[in-house]
Amino acid sequence: MIKNLLSAGDLDRTDAIRILDTAEELLGVASRPIKKLPTLRGRTVVNLFFEDSTRTRISFEAAAKRLSADVINFSAKGSSVSKGESLKDTALTLQAMGADAVIIRHHSSGAPHRLAQARWTKGAVINAGDGTHEHPTQALLDAFTMRRHLVGSTGSDLAGKKITIVGDVLHSRVARSNALLLHTLGAHVTLVAPPTLLPVGVDHWPVETSYDLDASLEDADAVMMLRVQAERMNASYFPSAREYSRRYGLDTARLNRLPDHAIVMHPGPMNRGMEITADVADHVRSVIVEQVTNGVAVRMAVLYLLLGGAAGETEASEEGLS
Amino acid sequence: MSSYVIRGARLLGNDPVDIAFADGVITGIGTGLDGDEVIDGTGLVTLPGLVDLHTHVREPGREDAETVLTGSQAAARGGFTCVHAMANTSPVADTAGVVEQVWRLGREGGYCDVQPVGAVTVGLQGTQLAELGAMADSAAGVKVFSDDGKCVSDAVLMRRALEYVKAFDGVIAQHAQEPRLTEGAQMNEGPLSGELGLVGWPAVAEEAIIARDVLLAEHVGSRLHVCHLSTRGSVEIIRWAKSRGIDVTAEVTPHHLLLSDDLVRSYDPIYKVNPPLRSNDDVEAVRDGLADGTIDIVATDHAPHPMEDKECEWSAAAFGMLGLETALSVVQQTMVDTGRLTWEQVAQKMSATPAEIGRVANQGRPLAVGEPANIVLVDPAATRTIDARDTASLSRNNPYAGLTLPGEVVATFLRGRPTVRDRVLVTPLSTEGASA
Ligand SMILES: [Zn+2]
Repeated sequence: MIKNLLSAGDLDRTDAIRILDTAEELLGVASRPIKKLPTLRGRTVVNLFFEDSTRTRISFEAAAKRLSADVINFSAKGSSVSKGESLKDTALTLQAMGADAVIIRHHSSGAPHRLAQARWTKGAVINAGDGTHEHPTQALLDAFTMRRHLVGSTGSDLAGKKITIVGDVLHSRVARSNALLLHTLGAHVTLVAPPTLLPVGVDHWPVETSYDLDASLEDADAVMMLRVQAERMNASYFPSAREYSRRYGLDTARLNRLPDHAIVMHPGPMNRGMEITADVADHVRSVIVEQVTNGVAVRMAVLYLLLGGAAGETEASEEGLS
Repeated sequence: MSSYVIRGARLLGNDPVDIAFADGVITGIGTGLDGDEVIDGTGLVTLPGLVDLHTHVREPGREDAETVLTGSQAAARGGFTCVHAMANTSPVADTAGVVEQVWRLGREGGYCDVQPVGAVTVGLQGTQLAELGAMADSAAGVKVFSDDGKCVSDAVLMRRALEYVKAFDGVIAQHAQEPRLTEGAQMNEGPLSGELGLVGWPAVAEEAIIARDVLLAEHVGSRLHVCHLSTRGSVEIIRWAKSRGIDVTAEVTPHHLLLSDDLVRSYDPIYKVNPPLRSNDDVEAVRDGLADGTIDIVATDHAPHPMEDKECEWSAAAFGMLGLETALSVVQQTMVDTGRLTWEQVAQKMSATPAEIGRVANQGRPLAVGEPANIVLVDPAATRTIDARDTASLSRNNPYAGLTLPGEVVATFLRGRPTVRDRVLVTPLSTEGASA
């Protein structure tokens, strides 16, 4: 198993499936009366958030606590920690406090890599979203959700499944991580976006691209809608919100063109009425709420596998997690 | 002042010959020459003192990063006898007062001549011409004007600047970067920027400005110099412009000759520079351009930054790399050892032509009797593993640290006085002072 989780590309097929299978077992913990395992007792996990994301922070916090780890939440946003050097100083502080894992969210692409590679901290570094780069645990929870609905069995990958990811790929760390992980798991990914919202060099990615959403729906097993931020409108990535919705939004008419088994996903938070209509968001085929639940299980699995290591192995197998 | 003779070194890389100098002037070139001090030049190469058209000395304003003195010392260690100090200091070098101060500090240090570059616009703000004439008329005798670090992006202002400096034979050195196309830019735009999620700095943002400026220079009949050209397209535009007879010169930095954007994969800001490290294809193109004369000179863009501005996450880090002490080695590795340039051509591109572009009368002169004794002695057979701590610079942002590079400066003479002897910096006699 890898030491840090910086990119979805760090995971080979075996590691990825191992995380998904572990998450499958851990998902049961959430439905127990006492939602807690002693696996990481005595270990310290730090949520180091340089950028607000209550959803992601709570998900990681819940995951760590269910494994009995001590959790320190460090929100660096708005504090004196705004300039460069602070990343190093903050890391050194966390190191001095004995952090076994640092879950870092940062507005700057590559900040988790710096943290891991500059050896400012000895703990495992988990990327909880960096700039417009990656968000690997989001990709894992997405893959987990897809596997439950589209395949159903543990030990398997997503071979041959067709996944359509729609929207602002250029600024989306979710899209980057998903493209890498879904490829590793054998799925076929199509990115659909206006040309202005596809990154230069996307032709080097292991995906297909399309400007035409309607043409990409008929054989999709899952459609993932990406959030489009309002500020993109002022920067002329597309002419207007209305035009964007018309060409790239998911409404009931488009939903009805999907195969019957297809699921609708969104990493949240949603702009209802922009990239997705309210009725589609709440539709029976939407698994958006379930993604949140699965997120905790997947993050438990990541923490368990990265921190459990050899030492935690015996304890874990007593819990039935071999 | 004692007289020197360098014995049996390969003059411009050609056959071994003695070179004697006294009182700051070359007195003899031949065999069996004598002097008070004899330097064994066996196996070494003699070049004219190098001239850099693009150095950042950070003084005034950021003396924690570099001073005129430490920058001059780094220059001497790199074989330079003259550097052009860029104008983006604090205060900006946009008045006669600031440029004279920088010029004088260089003379007082005595390690190399520091020739100030004047800002094109007041405060580098790109809205109003600085007092170009006053800087030209000052003791510093400024001939090169640049808003380097920023592009003179307003076409009308650029046209006026090009026209105006004709009155005193000046040149506008443009930092070609279309500002709107590079908002928030962090690295070369290409497959890797998309993969790393860093905002791209597209080649076209450089090429569009160069294309515009060569047309402006042609239209008004002025001299244009293009700073740190970095892309294949830029080389092609300059080639076309020269074929049309436009009076344009261009420089390439050592780092654009050697390093490529693959290095950014590490997210280590030591590789963050503007213009960014480009693709391997661009690296090939600028090497070709330098070899065939499309690119006229090598200029270091030596850009010191203190540790705290580099030891951080990529997007928070400052742009820039050190370059003075490694420039000749990088050029040897990429151009000489590969057979693309002779040492004679290196002397042209790192001494004679930069001095000519900057109109520095007593630098970049041929190694001939009666010429100023600005001389560098190089050991091309030496190899050294670059150590970021082994530097005269106050900063350590050295992208070559850990690499093994060929060539080492054995001695540097500024007007006949050693600034480097036996590969180490020596204190120059201060008698020369500000009066020289
Ligand atoms: Zn510069």
